[in-house]
Amino acid sequence: MKLILAIITKEFLQLRRDPRLFAIIFIAPILQLILLGYAANLDINNINTIVYDQDNSAASRDFIENFESSGYFTVNHYTNNYQQVMNYINNGDDLWALVIPNDFEKKLKRGEQVEVQTLFDGSDGNKASIAFGYVTGVVSGYSQKILIEVMNKSGMRGIAPINLNPELRVWYNPELKTRFFMLPGIMGLLLTIITTTLMAMGIVKEREIGTLEQIIVTPIKPAQLIIGKTIPFIILGFIDVLVVTVVMVFWFGIPIRGNFFFLMLASLIYVLSALGLGLFISTVSRTQQQAMMVSMFGILLPMNFLSGFAFPIENMPGWIQPITYLIPLRYYITILRGVILKGDGFFQLIPETFTLLGIGILILTASSMRFRKRLE
Amino acid sequence: MLTRILAISKKEVRQLMRDKRMLYVLFVFPFVLLILFGYAINFDVHHIRLAVYDRDNTEITRDFINRLTSSNYFDLITHLNSEDQIRKVLDAGDVQAVIVFPQYFSRNIYSGKEAPIQILVAGVDANTASVITNYMRAASATFSEKLSDEALRVTGREANIPVNLEPRFLYNPDLNSTRYLIPGLISMILIMTAVISIALSIVREKERGTMEQINVSPLSSIELLIGKTIPYTIIALVVASLILLAGYILFEVTIKGSVLLLFISTFIFLFASLNLGILISTISDSQQVAFQLSALISLLPSFLLSGFVFPIESMPPVIQIFTNITPVKFYIVVLRDILLKGVGLTAFWDQLIYLILFSVFFLGLASIIDRRNKMA
Repeated sequence: MKLILAIITKEFLQLRRDPRLFAIIFIAPILQLILLGYAANLDINNINTIVYDQDNSAASRDFIENFESSGYFTVNHYTNNYQQVMNYINNGDDLWALVIPNDFEKKLKRGEQVEVQTLFDGSDGNKASIAFGYVTGVVSGYSQKILIEVMNKSGMRGIAPINLNPELRVWYNPELKTRFFMLPGIMGLLLTIITTTLMAMGIVKEREIGTLEQIIVTPIKPAQLIIGKTIPFIILGFIDVLVVTVVMVFWFGIPIRGNFFFLMLASLIYVLSALGLGLFISTVSRTQQQAMMVSMFGILLPMNFLSGFAFPIENMPGWIQPITYLIPLRYYITILRGVILKGDGFFQLIPETFTLLGIGILILTASSMRFRKRLE
Repeated sequence: MLTRILAISKKEVRQLMRDKRMLYVLFVFPFVLLILFGYAINFDVHHIRLAVYDRDNTEITRDFINRLTSSNYFDLITHLNSEDQIRKVLDAGDVQAVIVFPQYFSRNIYSGKEAPIQILVAGVDANTASVITNYMRAASATFSEKLSDEALRVTGREANIPVNLEPRFLYNPDLNSTRYLIPGLISMILIMTAVISIALSIVREKERGTMEQINVSPLSSIELLIGKTIPYTIIALVVASLILLAGYILFEVTIKGSVLLLFISTFIFLFASLNLGILISTISDSQQVAFQLSALISLLPSFLLSGFVFPIESMPPVIQIFTNITPVKFYIVVLRDILLKGVGLTAFWDQLIYLILFSVFFLGLASIIDRRNKMA
């Protein structure tokens, strides 16, 4: 016990002597969370629009006005030739173009159908399809309006046009803010970056410098060494979780709907896996450079892309989805989102919690065994 | 001067060749990651899990559901038969959306009364939720049009829907989001390889004390930095060609624009990334700090701030300024322009200028800090 405490003290002393590292551990997560919290936003409004109005009539202007008043579109440019339309779209100034034919008003008055051409920059498929959805909405609203006018004029009051009115309600995140979805994910990812890599680098560094060998010749047992090395990082990781939670709740105003203590418990369980991974990296790398490359490419990037942090797992192809089960961050993010956004408690998250615990214990024991073997 | 630069480069290459694991990581990992993540990243929402609570249960409501589920956007998971079940299935995440038809729904629409369809969407993932609400709006608009049309036909009149949309999606007609995200993934893998490898190689020298030996030699700091940059630029260029090739073979990301321009822009981008790595290495004195800094500067920002996933124009103005810390922001625009749009230099020359300014600024800053460190 005393020996373990000695190692813990040594780790903290070392950390205190490295003020830059100390600053990174505590200040960087806060800065990152704030910066990225604002940046992580897929909400699309103010869709840049260019209009090529060949008709230039009262009706066409009214039609354009419908787009502007919808609140989704900003008409940046008016033009009178196709060349310019293509230029603005090619340069990325406008996302889409509305081309109104020169017989727009005439045809509407005669009750004929008008073809309105729209050109979209489809390179961002997600954005284009959302914008197209808004365009369709505005156009069908306009069509309904015209139909009603026509019917009223021709005295067909009896038959109102049928208008199905979808009453859309969004639960858990009514304003559809991407930030609410992303922030818990960023929290999980930051925690991983700090704990996993610090752990891996800390051990590899000692091996590189040769101090690990000095420790081995002392009466400290490998198990004690591992425990002594892990505890400081558990404490640091935990403080980071607290700090980041505070920023999320008080800066961004995202309340924790579920149980705070369960959230902390889950974080603690997650830190076990994160540190286990760190220990594992330290056993497969000889130099710090290798340790970094492995943790970056082997751990951090897969966690980033395969944990469901930004890209929904259900959109992934069938053969990738099983791989995501191997990623501890996946379960932690599910728990974070469940507790913070949905107000889930332990009972709704039993499978995730126990899987996370299982993975944590598994990784930590496997890596400790490997570590011990390498020491002997 | 040239011979001294070459001498440094030669030494660096020799050191790299000795570290087989590092070489393996440098060449194989980016490749594997592109394959894995390229399939994983997409925002294409298909097979939305849907539940229906149909209190009307008439031909019309069944027709509506059939139309929804006959596309591959919606999969009907279950029929509900009470209000309480709605909460249950949404909370458990079994379904992503619930449609509720009120009683007397079809009677109401034909008598011209308001007939709201209630649609409940789980909004935890705001992006998916807004895609779902978009589909729902479009579906009910087309269904209304169809019903109106039928109703008018009964009265023996020909009714045209006044405005018909003719959408054309340029560059990416099937609105596939992977094609848009791949350039971002490529840039991210490249910058991480570049930043980390060079930052570590410099800091390692500092840690081992060989930097001091170099300092007392006639080598100037610019010569040292350039000498170090050359081998890593070549490695990064090879990696870049490999993953572009992989992108072409696996994800059908063809190069629509000029290959020469692509090569030149990639070179400029890599140079900028390496300079960022150099700057990081001059401000960190241990590999641990260098790694944490490069992870925090190159991993999350190039993922979240670069426009890779989240459109920069949706960010608050202050955050938009911060997006300039990552060269990925500029390179992504260039890559998308060349790979997806096939447009020429006129569309993105400004991005290349930014990249060059970026390199000059960081290299200058790095050599100033480096010189000051030497004096001290």
